[in-house]
Amino acid sequence: MSLEPFSSVTSAAVPMPRNDIDTDQIIPARFLKTVNRAGLGDQLFFDWRYLPDGSPNPDFVINRPEMAGRAILVAGDNFGCGSSREHAPWALTAWGIRAVISSSFADIFRTNALKNGLLPVAVPPEELSRIASILEAEPEAELTVDLEASELRLPDGSAIPFTIDAFARRMILDGTDELGYLLAREPDLEAYERAHPPPVSTLAAD
Amino acid sequence: MNDHTPNSARPRTIVDKIWDEHLVTPGTDGAPDILAVDLHLVHEVTSPQAFDGLRDRGLRMRRPDQTLATVDHSIPTTDRSLPIADEIAATQVSRLEQNCAEFGIPLHGIGSPHQGIVHVIGPELGLTQPGMTIVCGDSHTATHGAFGALAFGIGTTEVEHVLATQTLLQRRPKTFEVRVDGTLHPGVTAKDIILSLLSRIGIGGGNGHVFEYGGSAIRGLGMEGRMTICNMSIEGGARAGLVAPDDTTFEYVAGKPHAPHGSDWEAALDRWRALPSDEGAVHDRSISFDAGELTPMVTYGTNPGMGFPITDRIPDPEALTDANQRDSLRAALAYMGLNPGEPLLGKAIDVVFIGSCTNSRISDLREAARMLRGRKVADGVRVMVVPGSTEVKRQAEEEGLAAVFREAGAEWREAGCSMCIAMNGDQLSPGQYSVSTSNRNFEGRQGKGGRTFLASPLTAVASAVTGRLSDPRALL
Repeated sequence: MSLEPFSSVTSAAVPMPRNDIDTDQIIPARFLKTVNRAGLGDQLFFDWRYLPDGSPNPDFVINRPEMAGRAILVAGDNFGCGSSREHAPWALTAWGIRAVISSSFADIFRTNALKNGLLPVAVPPEELSRIASILEAEPEAELTVDLEASELRLPDGSAIPFTIDAFARRMILDGTDELGYLLAREPDLEAYERAHPPPVSTLAAD
Repeated sequence: MNDHTPNSARPRTIVDKIWDEHLVTPGTDGAPDILAVDLHLVHEVTSPQAFDGLRDRGLRMRRPDQTLATVDHSIPTTDRSLPIADEIAATQVSRLEQNCAEFGIPLHGIGSPHQGIVHVIGPELGLTQPGMTIVCGDSHTATHGAFGALAFGIGTTEVEHVLATQTLLQRRPKTFEVRVDGTLHPGVTAKDIILSLLSRIGIGGGNGHVFEYGGSAIRGLGMEGRMTICNMSIEGGARAGLVAPDDTTFEYVAGKPHAPHGSDWEAALDRWRALPSDEGAVHDRSISFDAGELTPMVTYGTNPGMGFPITDRIPDPEALTDANQRDSLRAALAYMGLNPGEPLLGKAIDVVFIGSCTNSRISDLREAARMLRGRKVADGVRVMVVPGSTEVKRQAEEEGLAAVFREAGAEWREAGCSMCIAMNGDQLSPGQYSVSTSNRNFEGRQGKGGRTFLASPLTAVASAVTGRLSDPRALL
C-alpha cells in the first residue's frame, strides 16, 4: 500500500499530557474483530471518549468541538505501550492525527506508526514540558512538524530537532513503502534461502 | 560503531549470534538490516488486512512451510460444538480459514487437537527451538525467547512483509541483561520474578532493548516458568526477552512432534550449545536482584509496572515529585478505587482468571490445582480456568486437574485468550475486581470498567478460596 508523500504538517494540538498511554486505550480490544483497516476513527480512545450510557464524555479532550481537524497529538511519556495492534495508528490516522509528540514511544507502536505515515516525534522531556506549558497558556497555538527539516517549530519561533529513522523518513517523504524495497531484494532472499535450510517445516506431519 | 561481522573475534551476545545467522542483507545507505524469519505464527486478529495486502498486490505467499496459524483471541471458550454467536468474530475466524486455504498455510482451527494460544502451541509442537527467529502479530511473542530464540511481536504491515518475503527490515536492538540469582522461597514463582522486574524498571524501562535473563534463579526454573518471564518482556518495553538454552531447554524440546530426530538432533544440539553469550560479551544495560528477597507480587495500578510485594500498602501520589508521574498514579488509583496507604491484602474480589499466554500451561494448572485440592471457591467469587491449548486441556483432564477445579467450584473452559484480552465475551463487568494470572492490567483490558490485580497462579488460587486478595504463603 503506497501512501501520499508527506513532508510537514501545521496544526493546533490535541493535548493529552498523560504518561504510558497504552494501545488498549487508543483502541480497545473489542474493536479488533474487524477484518478491515479503514473506519476506525470512531473507535479512537473509545472508553475515555464515551460515558457508560454511550454519550460523549464532555471532559475528554477530543470531544471538545475545537479539537476537530487537529492533526498533532501531544502526549505524555512512553506513548503507545502494550499490545502490538496496528489498529492503534489506523485509528489515530483515521481520526486525522498525523504526528504524535512525546518524550518516548514504545518500540512496536513507533514501527507501526511509521508504516502508516504517522510521525512519532520524540523530544527531550524538558522540551515536552515546555510544549505542554505553551499549549496550556495558548490552546490555539499552532505547531509545525517538518519531516523534511526534521524539526518541530513552536509558535515562539523556536525549533526542536527530532530524529526519525532515516529509512522510514525517506519512505514517508517519497510516499513509497517498505515491501517494495524488500521485494526488490529477491536475489538476496534466494541466496539466503539456498544457504540456510529452514530449521522447521510446519507442513511436516506432526 | 561495533563490528557486527560474524567472524569477528569480539565476544558476542546470544542476540548477536542469532542476528548474524539470520542476516539476509546488512543495512546499507541508512537502510535497516534484512532479517530472515524462521517461523511466522498467525492468528485471526492481526492477519486479515495483511492477507488483503498480498491479494491487492497479486503477491504469493513465500514460505507457507515456515508459517502456522491458529485461532485464539476472538473465539469463545465455551462449548466448541456450537457456532460462534458473535457474528463479527465468526467472520474473522472464517476469514482466517479462507486465507489459510488460499495461501496453503497449515491451520489449527476450532476442533483441531493442536488449537490453542499461539504462544502455547509453538513450544508444545516443538516448532519453537533455540536459535530461531520467530515473529507473530502479537506482542507476547517474546514468550518463545524462553528457548533461546529471538522472538518478537510485529504489526500487521510487518505481517504482510513476512507473508510475502519471510523477512523483515530491522535494526539490531540493544541488549539488557537481567540477572536473578539466589533461590525462590516457597509460594514465590516465576510470575513474581517478572512482576518484580517490571516494578523496578517501569513499563518503558526496556524500550529499545532485548532482555537477556540469566542467573541461578532463572537457570533453576523449568521451561514453563521461563516462558512466563519472557512473555512479559513487552510489559517492560522490550520487544523480546530470552534465556540462553541449556539442558533444561533441550530436555523439554526432545521428542516434541517437530523436534529434530536422530542425527539431526545431535547436529542441532551442537548448534544450540554454541548460542549462549560469550564470556565478556557486553550488554548495553544490566540489572540484578536476588530471588531470595522476593515475596509474592501483585499489581495495584493500571499498568504492569505498578506492582509491589503483596504485603505493601498503596503508595501516595503526593509523595512523587514528577508532576506527570503523580498524575498517572492519581488516575490509576482513581480508576482502581484504591486509596493511598491502604493495604491490598484482604481486598474483596469478584473474579479470578487463571489463564493467558503468561500462565496457562500444564505446570501452571498443576500448581494451581495442588493448592486448590480439598478447598472451595469462596461464595460470590467467579473463578475461570482457561487452559492455554486444547492439548493442555486434554492433559489436565487426564491428570485429574480439571476435576479438582470443577469440584472446587471453578469453571473449566475451552482453550483461548479469553479474559486476558476480553474480546470474546469473557469479561469483567464495570467496577468488578479480578485477580488475574494474565499480563496486562490496563484500564478496561478485562472488560470496560473492570479492575485487574495481576498475580501468580498461586496468589490467584489463594484469593479464590478466601474471596479476598490473599497471600498464597498462608495456604502452602
